[in-house]
Parts: sequence; structure tokens; C-alpha cells
Amino acid sequence: MIDKATFWIVMPALALGTYAIRFSFLGTLGARPLPGWLTRALRYTAVAVLPALVAPGVLWPAATGGETDPARLAAALVTLGVGVITRSTMGAILAGGGTLFALLALTG
Amino acid sequence: MTPLRTAFFRGFLAALPMIVVVGPFAMLFGVVATEAGLNVVETMLFSVSVFAGASQFAALQTMQENAPALVVLATALAVNLRMVMYSVTLAPHFGELPLRSRALMAYFLVDQSFATTMAEIDRHPAMTAREKRAVFFGAVVAVAPLWFVASLAGAMVGRAIPPEYALDFALPITFLAMVAPMLRSLPHLVAAGVSILLSLLLAGMPYGTGLLVAASVAMAAGAGLERWREGRRA
Repeated sequence: MIDKATFWIVMPALALGTYAIRFSFLGTLGARPLPGWLTRALRYTAVAVLPALVAPGVLWPAATGGETDPARLAAALVTLGVGVITRSTMGAILAGGGTLFALLALTG
Repeated sequence: MTPLRTAFFRGFLAALPMIVVVGPFAMLFGVVATEAGLNVVETMLFSVSVFAGASQFAALQTMQENAPALVVLATALAVNLRMVMYSVTLAPHFGELPLRSRALMAYFLVDQSFATTMAEIDRHPAMTAREKRAVFFGAVVAVAPLWFVASLAGAMVGRAIPPEYALDFALPITFLAMVAPMLRSLPHLVAAGVSILLSLLLAGMPYGTGLLVAASVAMAAGAGLERWREGRRA
């Protein structure tokens, strides 16, 4: 469960911070070019943050008390594999979700 | 039709196929947020004020792990850093428009409106700034109302979904599905690999700070490798 005090700090701060990011260059007249090292680093934010966010939960899911679960692990690998091959986010979600439900139904 | 209307409809039509992803994604947010203990009003305030799906999910997850507010913020804002690039890229096209126009566009600057606008500018480079703005808002009208309505729908049905449906895993699957299509170059693969490896090794660090270390090193690894390869080619 989410701690409400944390939530009420995070929500407005995240809203303001996100808006500031979006407004940063669009709002200030003229486009000053960013330094090369920064644009290069920014290209990697999504692939650097999102896998780290999910990897521990994939291997040690909270729902099973931290015990590695073959169904969840397989679903994660299928999602990744289908996403890499098809380049389709929706296809990967459907394949991963399908795998999870099929395996949970079989083993559950 | 006036050129402005034509541009608006081009943006709208180009963004329309994206509702296939936006709708379910927004609904999932509503469901996961209520499952995590937020009520419908809090969920909607969150969706309307932040209006950036991936970072909202990231914030939900880290808050559920009881991370302190600063760590939650750092993680969620890191997910949104890519929008600095969007802002930089759009700025020269809209610089001549009034500030209130650009301030409103900033709120609606999401993956879908950005991608649609840039693709249309590519196809019709002679457009005026006002036509480009019409394209942008055409795309916004295609996806934004759906985002709000679908998160509301998700928040309303959220609690009705029983635990057997393993919704805890909807989030990891969604994030992996977003990342996988981006793994199209060796530096991207390396960044993702370092991110996974370090997040596992550092999982014991307090308050999810391991995640921030893993993400920073992964970002540096990807960017460093890209730079090194460019150096060798030159």
C-alpha cells in the first residue's frame, strides 16, 4: 500500500518537474543546442531506467514472497523476446500476458 | 478546408492508430493505482497533473516499495528525461508562436504528439508554425481524452479484479514491452544489460537507491560505448 503522505508530496512535485522538463526548451525562445555528451546520454534514459526498475521484481516477485516464479520469469522473457523481434509494444504485452496466464493456469 | 484544418486532421489521423496502446495502458494505470491504495480522485489527479504514463507507473512502483519521496521523484523524473530531447527538437519549429501557445503545448508534449508532429513535419516541411501547431493538437485530441477516460475506467473497475489475475505483473510486462523495441543497437543492448545486472546486484541497497545507481551507470555505459564506436569510425 502506498503511504499517502509520500503520495501527496510526490504528485505535485512530479507534476511540476515533468512540466518543467517539457517546457524547458519549447518555452524559452530560440533553440540553444545541447552539448553533445548530454544529447547522447539522454538517448539512453529509457533503456537505462526501465529495466532496472523491473529486473528485481521479475526475479524475486513480491507476490510470491520473493520466491522466483517460473511463470512470471517466462512471461518476462517472452515479453522481451517478442518485443525485440516484432518491435511492437502491444504485441509484446499480449504475448507476455498470454504466457503468464497460460502458465499460471497450468501450474495453479 | 483551410490549411489549418487540413493540418489538424492530418495530425489527428496520424495519431489515431496509437489509441490501441494508449487506451489499455491508461486503463492499466487506473487499475494498478487503485490496487496500490489510491482512490479514484487521487488516481485521476495524478493522471491529469503529471500526464506521463511511464513515470506515473514508475512512481507507483517505487512508492509501493516504501521508498522515500526523494527517491520516488528521482526515479520518475529520470523516466521523463527523454522529454528534454523532445522539447529541444520542437523548439525551433514553434519559437515564433506566442508563449501561451508553447506553454499549453508543453503540457501536452508526450511520446505520441511528439512522434506525430515530427513525422508530419518531415513529410510536409513547408508548413507554417501555426500549421505545425495544428498537427500537434490534432494528435493531442486523438490520444489525450482517451488517456483520461481510460484511466478513469481502470480506476473504477480496479478493485473488482481478483488477485488470481496476477496484476502485480502487469507493470513489469508493460515496461519490458516498452523497452524491447528500443533495443536496436549494441549500445542500447549494453545499457539495458548493465541496467538489469546492476539492479540485481544492488537490490539490497536501501530505499531503492540501487536502481538510481544502476540506471546512471547504464546510461553512461550506453553513451560511452556509442561515443567510442563513433571515434573508431571517424
